[in-house]
Amino acid sequence: MKQELVITLIIFILLFVKLGKEATKNETLINFVNILLTLNLLSGFFFQQSGSLFGDMFRTSQLFTFEKNLLNLGTLIISLQSYNWLREHKHVPEFYILLLSTLLGMFFMISSNNLLMFYLALELSTIPLAALANFDLEKKRSSEAAFKMIISSAFSSGLLLFGISMLYGSTGTLSFIELPAHLNGNPLQIFSFILLIAGFGFKISAVPFHLWTADVYEGAPVAVTSYLSVISKGAILFVLVSVLYNAFAPLNESWYNILFLISVLTMIIGNLFALRQQNMKRFLAFSSIAQVGFILIGITGYSVAGSASVIFFVLIYIFSNLAAFGVINLVSAVTGRESLNDYKGFYKNNRGLSWVLAIALFSLGGIPPTAGFFGKFFLLLAGAGRGNYLLITIAALNMVISLYYYLKVIKAIFMDTNDDPIEPVKTGWSPRLAMIICIAGIIITGLASGAYNYIYSLFS
Amino acid sequence: MNLSLLILVPLITAVAILLVKGLKQVRTIALFGSAAQLILAFVLFYFYRQERAGGNTSNFLFENNYTWYAPLNINFHTGVDGISIAMILLTAFVVIAGVLVSWKMEKLSKEFFFLLIFLSLGAYGFFIALDLFTLFFFLEVAVIPKFLLIGIWGSGNKEYSAMKLALMLMGGSALVFVGLAGLYFNTNINGAHSFDLTQIAGMNIPLEVQKLFFPFAFIGFGIFTALFPFHTWVPDGHSSAPTAASMFLAGISMKLGGYGCLRVATYLMPGAAHEYSTIIIVLACIAILYGAFATMMQTDLKYINAYSSVSHCGFVLLGIGMLTKTAIDGAVMQMVSHGLMTALFFAVIGMIYDRTHTRQVAQLGGLMKMMPFISTVFVIAGLCSLGLPGFSGFVAEMTVFMGSWQKADAFYRIATIIACASIVVTAVYILRSTGKAIMGPVVNNEHLSLGDAGWNERLAAGLLIIGIVMIGIVPFLLKDLINPATQTMIQKIVAVIK
Repeated sequence: MKQELVITLIIFILLFVKLGKEATKNETLINFVNILLTLNLLSGFFFQQSGSLFGDMFRTSQLFTFEKNLLNLGTLIISLQSYNWLREHKHVPEFYILLLSTLLGMFFMISSNNLLMFYLALELSTIPLAALANFDLEKKRSSEAAFKMIISSAFSSGLLLFGISMLYGSTGTLSFIELPAHLNGNPLQIFSFILLIAGFGFKISAVPFHLWTADVYEGAPVAVTSYLSVISKGAILFVLVSVLYNAFAPLNESWYNILFLISVLTMIIGNLFALRQQNMKRFLAFSSIAQVGFILIGITGYSVAGSASVIFFVLIYIFSNLAAFGVINLVSAVTGRESLNDYKGFYKNNRGLSWVLAIALFSLGGIPPTAGFFGKFFLLLAGAGRGNYLLITIAALNMVISLYYYLKVIKAIFMDTNDDPIEPVKTGWSPRLAMIICIAGIIITGLASGAYNYIYSLFS
Repeated sequence: MNLSLLILVPLITAVAILLVKGLKQVRTIALFGSAAQLILAFVLFYFYRQERAGGNTSNFLFENNYTWYAPLNINFHTGVDGISIAMILLTAFVVIAGVLVSWKMEKLSKEFFFLLIFLSLGAYGFFIALDLFTLFFFLEVAVIPKFLLIGIWGSGNKEYSAMKLALMLMGGSALVFVGLAGLYFNTNINGAHSFDLTQIAGMNIPLEVQKLFFPFAFIGFGIFTALFPFHTWVPDGHSSAPTAASMFLAGISMKLGGYGCLRVATYLMPGAAHEYSTIIIVLACIAILYGAFATMMQTDLKYINAYSSVSHCGFVLLGIGMLTKTAIDGAVMQMVSHGLMTALFFAVIGMIYDRTHTRQVAQLGGLMKMMPFISTVFVIAGLCSLGLPGFSGFVAEMTVFMGSWQKADAFYRIATIIACASIVVTAVYILRSTGKAIMGPVVNNEHLSLGDAGWNERLAAGLLIIGIVMIGIVPFLLKDLINPATQTMIQKIVAVIK
């Protein structure tokens, strides 16, 4: 509970800053918030107690604390990266208040021990996100993105709620602890479970529930896009793993088949659409859809290795995707250019940024020695543990397709020529720090086995 | 001796290259680094012979086993036998020659040498790995630098070739992954699964499982070594790559595949290898003949050598498919021999291209008059390629044929005869291009003012020629080196077949 309290405290501090008479300079404010977020991240490592609150509605354990720390880390990195963009913005305190509110919602969601609590927390995390998607206030696309987001999340929440109510009708309980005893796989339960999965599917943008993703990712400010694709997705995946592995364990044969289908569709469709994208944000949006397909394979493993590999992969995904978004964020904030064609000949003027983007894309594509290789390998290995080698073969070949479009960007950066290449982009200390953290994470997390071993030990 | 040195030396070299500035410093460091690799390889060779002479008969020497991912039972397990040492020596020769021929690489020299040295790291790691995860890790490490090397420094249709190569090789490693995962989950060591090569070799994997996963592993590695019909990346990749990358690609990278087919697919799943041996032999024969005939039609020197690589690597697969001791000996020898020969060939083609700016045979002629050294090297490489006694090609191909002939069945006999017949075709295209480009009349008078090889090029060619001639004249050096390893391998295969 202490992690949630720290976040709430920061939100209140920001509220008072906003209410205060004197206008604070943006730079000072951002630096101040970054310090608070760093403290928030560090404090997370001291709270290691486990237990439950509110009549078993809320529980915490070392695993949940670790997951929340990961989200804290990601939020800090995003905040550091968006320095250039936020500096010009009129509503900095509001941005952080909304951002931290969704983070708070995600914390509650991870800790929820009851479907009702989960639903509440999910709403807390979703609604501010829609407001955030509209944060490029002058841009029409941004408000369009927010509108699409609010409608699609309302729809998915409706599905979830419908599923929850029917589940309650057939089992008489919503508590994650009592659910397994009441699940016997009758058609009503399966049906309500499918609705639940559809609700989850919307949030992690798995195919066929992915249609909102690309437009929202393209329209929203880059900082929000990276938040959506990494933090928000990561939080839902954490919950999905713990819900499927514990509360719905008796139905694992059914959800295995559902996940099998969804993951194959997600990989293939995400990849095929990503092939054709010209806008870097849309491109990363579709590639992140495909990544979810791989993560679902890890979940199908239904073993300790499965859940450990998912959390390990999300950790790596935070580093790799944020590194890629960081570069795009910076370039977009300084020059306003986001298309793949603009990145042709990028290496000529921006050597450092080019390598950061290249390493990030290698990691997303699963090329050793970056951490992405280890993440993907363990996901697929966990999936293979279930004995379904067809799924693994499809996934392995999909990795090759995904490599094609990552390499296409690498080719644009290093090999193509451009009459009008992007000018040298100045990096401030704060985005640079964020990139150093990401690159260090990408290189170290895989080669040193400490992180994986720690995550694995949390489950046993 | 600690085998991790083989990874550390290239790693330190690569990092050092990043820290210095300018072509001169970069290439000096690269040269010292690759010289250190060569010395290290010879030291390893020396120690290995000492150990064997001292009566050490274990399969793998200098083993080290560091725990990596304990929950999944993944270890950083390294060790070498004769085959690995032969491959390590080959790598060291090719890398130093590659650095020497790229001596005047002005364009982005730092990145170029960094990637080249990084590639060698992948190759060494692959050859010393005794854990399938480690092996797979290094296999993939050695792919993407090639994409950048070809795409940035290549010539011709380089982006297309780079992409084709990267995707086909990664497709190969995707198949390898499925094969390895299948092996992993069918091992049971005290209730846990294992990637350890020595442990998997010691257990009997059911034939049904082997038959399911052998094709994945074999085709996956086979793509690396130009298994028909997955050879299409070879001509494009080789001809677009810069000289050093072509040398590395044909000299070492294709051998990763051959080594993997032998060490992982055949050694760990001998039952399935026996079952599928007819298919392997048929595909190998197609590759040998198709490669040879396709070469006859080529007019570009690099394409000639690339297609002939398809043909020559077919001998490696043929040797593996035959599953006799002599044939497998021959396959390994062919890997080493072809590695040295093709690296030499690409080096000399690069030297000619640097001077004349053309690789078309029709536009070359009478090079012997202007550049006698380069021309002589070209002739040596050509003669080695067509299997003239005294060079390594003869020894290796002869051993493969001997091994194949030991199988008395009509099918194997016909396959052997077909493979032998390709030598004639090889002679046609080698002699024809040599005669035209090296010996014939001078075609372009501007070529008359061109100079001969510099010291770096002479050194590179000299090193590779020493290797080729050594194997050609004293083949038992190589034969004795690999003998214990192939012996163990064949014992395991024979035990399964009977």
